[in-house]
Amino acid sequence: MQNNIIALIEEIKRTANGLSQINIMEVCGTHTMAIGKNGLRQVLPQNINLISGPGCPVCVTSISDIDNIIELAENPCNYIFSFGDMLKIPGSKSSLYKKRSEGANIKVCYSPADAFDFAVKNPQKKIIFIAIGFETTAPLTAALIEKAYETKTNNFFIYNTHKIVPPAIEFLLNSSNKNNISAFLCPGHVCAVTGSRPFDFISKIYGKPAVISGFSAEDILKSILMILKQIKNNKPEVEIQYDWVVKENGNPIAIQYMDNIFDINDAIWRGIGNIKKSGLVLKNKFRNFDAKVSFALKDVLVPEPRLCSCGEILLGVKKPFECRLFGKSCKPDNPVGPCMVSSEGTCSAYFKYEKYKT
Amino acid sequence: MTSSAKNNNFSDKNILLSHGDGGIKTGELINNLIIKYFGNKILNRLEDSAIINDFHNEKIAYTTDSFVVKPVFFPGGNIGKLCICGTINDLAAAGATPMALSMGLIIEEGFEVKYLEKILESAGEVLKETKTAIITGDTKVVEKNGMDKIFINTSGIGYIRRNTDITPLNIKPGDKIIINGSIAEHGLAVLSSRPEFNFKTNIISDCAPLSSLVNEMIGSSDKVHALRDATRGGIATILIEMSEKSKTRIAIYEDRIPVKKEVRTLCEFLGLDPLYIANEGKMVAFVDPADTNKVLDAMKKNKYGKDSCIIGEVTENSTEGAVFYNTKIGTKRILDKLYSEQLPRIC
Repeated sequence: MQNNIIALIEEIKRTANGLSQINIMEVCGTHTMAIGKNGLRQVLPQNINLISGPGCPVCVTSISDIDNIIELAENPCNYIFSFGDMLKIPGSKSSLYKKRSEGANIKVCYSPADAFDFAVKNPQKKIIFIAIGFETTAPLTAALIEKAYETKTNNFFIYNTHKIVPPAIEFLLNSSNKNNISAFLCPGHVCAVTGSRPFDFISKIYGKPAVISGFSAEDILKSILMILKQIKNNKPEVEIQYDWVVKENGNPIAIQYMDNIFDINDAIWRGIGNIKKSGLVLKNKFRNFDAKVSFALKDVLVPEPRLCSCGEILLGVKKPFECRLFGKSCKPDNPVGPCMVSSEGTCSAYFKYEKYKT
Repeated sequence: MTSSAKNNNFSDKNILLSHGDGGIKTGELINNLIIKYFGNKILNRLEDSAIINDFHNEKIAYTTDSFVVKPVFFPGGNIGKLCICGTINDLAAAGATPMALSMGLIIEEGFEVKYLEKILESAGEVLKETKTAIITGDTKVVEKNGMDKIFINTSGIGYIRRNTDITPLNIKPGDKIIINGSIAEHGLAVLSSRPEFNFKTNIISDCAPLSSLVNEMIGSSDKVHALRDATRGGIATILIEMSEKSKTRIAIYEDRIPVKKEVRTLCEFLGLDPLYIANEGKMVAFVDPADTNKVLDAMKKNKYGKDSCIIGEVTENSTEGAVFYNTKIGTKRILDKLYSEQLPRIC
């Protein structure tokens, strides 16, 4: 074991000693995975409880959106470009992965620019990029929409599910009678774009500590220690541990792109419901690029599977082990609820890394 | 043909890419459709090579493998080198010395002859190095767009010395687990040479024939209990299979498993786990602790074994089998089977 990590764990134990139960929520799927992969829960003192919030964009995509995307894929004139994680998500009847095996034109891309390039090269085909993610990926989509608008690439569309993180955190804080969150581990990649300022309300309005963390085991442990010190000194603030990447003002160019292309609107988060002002929608000028508008798709309310606890898990009220379906009828190869579908989902991370307590 | 899974119903309507990735879905296909019609004592063992024990009083190993790698040329090799190494390594994993191979070529109409020749030349170089030969073959050409460029099937036979008995059933608590070098390079080399992958890396496939290495290992000790070629699904998948077959628990250690820096960085960037990424020149050995040093010394003398090291051990008997991964920070977790392909068509 590395000496610096041993020392860090010891300091966390000393600092946590005497404090009451501390519930720290992470709202980033990559943090959820890193915590599981490194087994961090095993080294933390008992009064520190790490809970996973709605940090995986794939997981919070509504079933209705998945059904709409599948409907688009069923038309042989359409070419769907998607990040790999979306393929396995079950809609109410099928998944993109199954549709692909039945012959639908579905391509996995690593960059949205691939979809745009394909659209330019194939003007007779209709290309739909599944635009998903928080502030990390939204600027890339925005840049492409701007390009499509300037070049009049009218066969390029996005199916837009972009969401933003701060309103979801505020929603969680307002539900805190249920989840009792003491502090937040804020998402490093999102904050690299937004900066720390949009998260200031966590300490200023709600009086809770927050630390913007990097992704190694050491980063996360350091961030936990920073949170503990804030609690101990009773000085809640938003601190940046991931300071070699995240600045207070974020990335102004990326923010400008988002502001130019998107308006903010309400959005449905799967398992949670409507969160006010948490979604990004294309400004009117760009609405023709919105597949939902151009292909006249509708939102249909699809009920979540019975007995699925994902809603409570996303709010931090329950842990995956407390769901009756977890590991039984709900597994990564046959997911029932949203938290099991993506590799960065809370249940998926628990299933993969914490299924057997050692 | 390798992989294992408990019997489940085969419920899929269409074949999915994951039915070919060596993970849980492949296990379902093998156990519920292939074994259903072909099941027999030898096939059911689902090891790298089939062992025929009483072939005129000789022990013979027999194996086959098909290669569909995309792209056909990648840093560190091509489908020609790969199709010989793959079959040689499957034989070596049974402790067999390769004798002869077959090759079936399936080529798309229009494929450029200069590329075909380069592929055959690379295959020929490996045959020469390993002192083996293609002694029978077949060629088919499929109309343009009927397939993707070139697919190759090879099969191979090898002989096993009478006193050699290499099988997961011989694995015992206390056995040390050795690997001949760093992991996850083949899968990433193939991935990063795909046109849709827009960034450059300097990762080179580890594709290599390991028959000489294995020969020296089993020549140095008669206590090499089991061997496994860590291809699809990476070392995690094969260790899980070995633990299930031997009904033992295995412990491996993050700080002992060699992963090159560029591999680690790319994996972090792409969200991939190097433990689950394919190798094409890595042999994992289970060796009695008494002979570990002897075997390691022999391995380090071979050009494919210079970085050989111990990555873990077999800790105890257990009816279900399990692999525990001990992290650098002193925590541990169980390694799970691969639920879906991380990267399709890597071999």
